[in-house]
Amino acid sequence: MDSRRVPRTVSDPKVRQVGFFAPPDRSLSGPPDPTSSSPPVSDISPSGNSLSPVMIPPPRHLPHQPPPLSPLRAPRANDSSIPVGSYNPTEFSSPSGITDFSEDQSSPRWGRKNSSGKFAMSLPSGGFGMEASKQSSLANSKADVADGWANTEVQKEQGAAAGKPLKEKTTKAERRAMQEAQRAAKAAAKGDGSKTAAAVVNSTNAGKSAKPVPQKKDNSSVAASEKKSVDRQADKDRKKDVPHPRMQFDDENRVEKAKKRSVVKQAEARNRVELFRHLPQYEHGTRLTDLESKFFQLGPVHPAVYKVGLRYLAGDISGGNARCIAMLQAFQESINDYSTPPEKTLIRDLTSKINSYVSFLIECRPLSISMGNAIRFLKQRVSSLPLNLSESEAKTSLLSDIDRFINERIILADKVIVKHAVTKIRDGDVLLTYASSSAVELMLLHAHELGKQFRVVIVDSRPKHEGKMLLHRLVGKGIRCTYTHINAVSYVMHEVTRVFLGASSVLSNGTVYSRVGTASVAMVAHQFRVPVLICCEAYKFHERVQLDSICCNELGDPEMVSRVSGREEINSLDGWADNENLQPLNLLYDATPSDYVSMIITDYGMIPPTSVPVIVREYGREYLFI
Amino acid sequence: MWYRSASFILDKQEQLRNDAVTDDAESRPHSPASTAMETAENHNANISMYYQTRSAHHGVVTSDWLAQAQAAVAGNSDAAVLENNVSGGKVKDKKLSVVDEFNNWRKQPELAEAVAAIRALAWVIRSSQATTMMELEIELKKASDSLKSWDTTSISLTAGCDLFMRYVTRTSALDREDFSSAKSRLLERAEKFGEISYKARRIIAMLSQDFIFDGCTILVHGFSRVVLEALRTAAENKKMFRVLCTEGRPDRSGLRLSNELAKLDIPVKLLIDSAVAYSMDEVDMVFVGADGVVESGGIINMMGTYQIALVAKSMNKPVYVAAESYKFARLYPLDQKDMEPALRPIDFGVPIPSKVEVETSARDYTPPQYLTLLFTDLGVLTPSVVSDELIQLYL
Repeated sequence: MDSRRVPRTVSDPKVRQVGFFAPPDRSLSGPPDPTSSSPPVSDISPSGNSLSPVMIPPPRHLPHQPPPLSPLRAPRANDSSIPVGSYNPTEFSSPSGITDFSEDQSSPRWGRKNSSGKFAMSLPSGGFGMEASKQSSLANSKADVADGWANTEVQKEQGAAAGKPLKEKTTKAERRAMQEAQRAAKAAAKGDGSKTAAAVVNSTNAGKSAKPVPQKKDNSSVAASEKKSVDRQADKDRKKDVPHPRMQFDDENRVEKAKKRSVVKQAEARNRVELFRHLPQYEHGTRLTDLESKFFQLGPVHPAVYKVGLRYLAGDISGGNARCIAMLQAFQESINDYSTPPEKTLIRDLTSKINSYVSFLIECRPLSISMGNAIRFLKQRVSSLPLNLSESEAKTSLLSDIDRFINERIILADKVIVKHAVTKIRDGDVLLTYASSSAVELMLLHAHELGKQFRVVIVDSRPKHEGKMLLHRLVGKGIRCTYTHINAVSYVMHEVTRVFLGASSVLSNGTVYSRVGTASVAMVAHQFRVPVLICCEAYKFHERVQLDSICCNELGDPEMVSRVSGREEINSLDGWADNENLQPLNLLYDATPSDYVSMIITDYGMIPPTSVPVIVREYGREYLFI
Repeated sequence: MWYRSASFILDKQEQLRNDAVTDDAESRPHSPASTAMETAENHNANISMYYQTRSAHHGVVTSDWLAQAQAAVAGNSDAAVLENNVSGGKVKDKKLSVVDEFNNWRKQPELAEAVAAIRALAWVIRSSQATTMMELEIELKKASDSLKSWDTTSISLTAGCDLFMRYVTRTSALDREDFSSAKSRLLERAEKFGEISYKARRIIAMLSQDFIFDGCTILVHGFSRVVLEALRTAAENKKMFRVLCTEGRPDRSGLRLSNELAKLDIPVKLLIDSAVAYSMDEVDMVFVGADGVVESGGIINMMGTYQIALVAKSMNKPVYVAAESYKFARLYPLDQKDMEPALRPIDFGVPIPSKVEVETSARDYTPPQYLTLLFTDLGVLTPSVVSDELIQLYL
């Protein structure tokens, strides 16, 4: 299951040996020369951390600030601009931001799926990580040794790279060589002690950061990947998209953007679980406050999009529908304020702008599948605009398209789902639900309004405790509820008659991709022969097939695992970061096999899980011809 | 599993208390003679007309059936009177007449339910006084709704009505025809439906020939005309096979089926319903018809089908279902009780004390995982294709 690539040790003769490739060069301990003439290549090692599977990162003993509670959460919580009822941001009450400073791990996949190929998941942060390291090394190369090392990791992870094929090969080779250097450094580290090695590493990285900001191209920023195949695919895409939209960006833009983020320490998390190394994980912490303080120095990101991104980071908006609607509304605002720059076509320029917004959002938090589908829809609408439309006409057409998407695919779809689902509730039923799904909640409220007699068992789990908010809302409406934790689910299942679950997405083989814990609940229900009904709007379906929960997932903040809110005395996991044997894992999603699912309720009616590819086929055709 | 829990007992007690309050007010449903002439809704509550009629077809007469038949005859004459009185096309009279027209058609044993329904709707078109397509559509919708509500338990009736209404609405917007030609087109289509249904049986019979091999033993359950047609065709093709036929209580349709098969010189062995597992070893395949095919790919059929399918699955015997495509319905039962209850009284031959409850449901639901293949006029399908077809038809 280890998805790390085994790096090749052959050194490519085309590799241009620049300073930092050399074996540990102690002379490069000073601040890097920003004007060095090294080629603007990505200095990313293909295998992320450049740690072999058996190596464990040297313990970093530097005091890291604990992730600060976002002071802006409370005021921001009142600002709820989302129309649909239950997406109230105040619900989310975790003590600290459970957000991922994620790379676009999922993006290359989306990028490849999209036929237009311009599904800009590129990471502009490829540069900023470097800039960060540059600045930090400027600040205090010794003190920030660990950070620098971490930033290096990040740089290695963020594979920006030139669009030209030659450069790619060079990049890979360079990465390999650099990785070799890293390994040598590590080997030295084991002998000499961590600090020295770290210093060595840092010096090599400092040298690396001397390179100018790499040019970022879409689909090339296959960050982090331990997945060489992902890299190669991205390379192919790059080769296909020769006049790449991002190439219209001037270097100044990117540099500016990189500088904007440069203060943010995109530090990679410590103590990562090996099995999940292919998923991005970054330290939670200063990122949010940094971005918040930068609100007025926006640059290329529209303020509405920026705001939404911050809310994702803070965890204010969670749930597939809420995130999608917030993102689409932000896009609406940005399209409204958009004006075509001179000598550029609206379609292309707007597409590239949307790409950049999406990249920003990915940095805040990886896209959910619902968001990915919505973006695909939007880009398809943009690209199919007739060329003779004036700018204002095009803008109004796009705005109305987005409105229609939100209305038809989400809000009305929810109404249809509720209508179908309440027919499956009889008087005297005991319904079980897990965590908090907007569709399930709407259905329960509607059934209660219709006067059906039933009671609800809400199953909840750490660390998010999303069920608590659902519990408050249901009890507030007068529905009889029971609240329990997931470890008791097999105890209560014997008296349950129906299980209603929500989904982040349903994949083509009928697998339900949903909040972690859903699969367990469905399995127990299946064992007790209780029917499991999934309520999911059709726009969340995807043609992907996933066989397990590992290959594609999202990692949350491991700190949340070690801490229990409200119980400060539970501190046995404190200091997990210092213990190299302890690797907390906070997964956010899991995949429920189709055998456990009795029925999927969508806006197309009630369908068996085997009919999902039919809907994807029909649905795809339909929205193409809107 | 919920039935074992304390909450179920409490809920049941509450329910019984509530029922006791309202029970006295309810009239006893088992006096069809008195209620027959009122609107037929009373019948729905407790006795499924569908299954009553089927037992009538099978020629096995029960006392209840007799009483109902008398009532229906009485109703018929009244309806005939009503028909004569109808001149201005009052909607209420029409509604009653549709139902009776349907009943007339239904009484013919060889006719499928859906065909009877569509013929009744054709009659509505013929005798309609509407002058525009919209008006005609509205009339048809009303007639179809009344048919459906008259017997909520018959799936093929509902499906047939839905299909015809769908055809009407889909083609009503054709520009180039005037009203009379549109009307005649609809009539033609309705007439053709009968042929389609008959042809469907032939197609299914042909498709199933590949699966009946020489020397095989087939277990059948319930009196399905489609299955009979298939076996008849096989016999005509001189295949050597034998049939195990379940008794099919309470309407004993199996007896009638064994009669028919014996006439065709097919070796038949009768089993009581409980002997299915005992004989399953020597069986090569199970062949049943369906009252309705639901969206999950499962079937709704005579009581006992689920049991047989379970036994067959556990012994690795294939279960084949023969169903015409108009029986596909947009239902999705989650368990046995998730359907409209279709009850019919069971005659045990001896009086049962009133304190004893009797399970009188006439049908059960077989989930798709116990079925191997469906033989339909669309071809030989796996159960998961049913949803595909339904989505394409209705969306």
